[in-house]
Amino acid sequence: MMHDIIVAILVLSGGIFCFAAGMGVLRLPDLLTRMHASTKAGTLGSGLILVAVAVAFAETTVIARAVAAILFLLMTAPVAAHLIGRAAFRTGVPMARNTRCEPGVAEALRARPEDDGPR
Amino acid sequence: MTLLEFVILFGFALVILGVVLAAIRLVRGPSLADRIVALDLMTVQLVSFGGLTALLSGSAGFLDVAVVLALVGFLATVCLARYLERRILLKAEELT
Repeated sequence: MMHDIIVAILVLSGGIFCFAAGMGVLRLPDLLTRMHASTKAGTLGSGLILVAVAVAFAETTVIARAVAAILFLLMTAPVAAHLIGRAAFRTGVPMARNTRCEPGVAEALRARPEDDGPR
Repeated sequence: MTLLEFVILFGFALVILGVVLAAIRLVRGPSLADRIVALDLMTVQLVSFGGLTALLSGSAGFLDVAVVLALVGFLATVCLARYLERRILLKAEELT
């Protein structure tokens, strides 16, 4: 019974975080804030649900697979977010009205698309 | 229907609502980068969908689906971001 309650709490919180991620992606004002919602809330929601699967089955093979999936999500989400953010900043996607940028940074990042290493 | 089954079905409803909200952003998204972000979020939410399916059906095979979806989603996001960055270069080359 206790076991079921723990799984239920994990599933509920994971579902709520997944819903919050979708809500944030729909409602937040610009690309960078939307990315903030999708990366953090989405990863946390999926991670909680995978932990719930590991707790519910409680077998070594299932726990190993769930941990592998969680580690993979945690490692790839920042990389993907960094790539999207960099590409969006360089292509000049509009930001929210009160976003401030240090003078010179935008020019330095956007000016040299071809000479920053192998691509 | 036990409490746990009810909670899992409720979790399904929440995740599906999240996917639908992300899909609205995918259709509306003003720029290509917004669409890539929405697609990335949809893949991450489908991973949790796979986990919930494994819980409800009681077969751990669906967890493999979740792992593979996470992998493919990451590759898709990296490729799309790469394309987005290369696209301005290609345009600049056409103009000069």
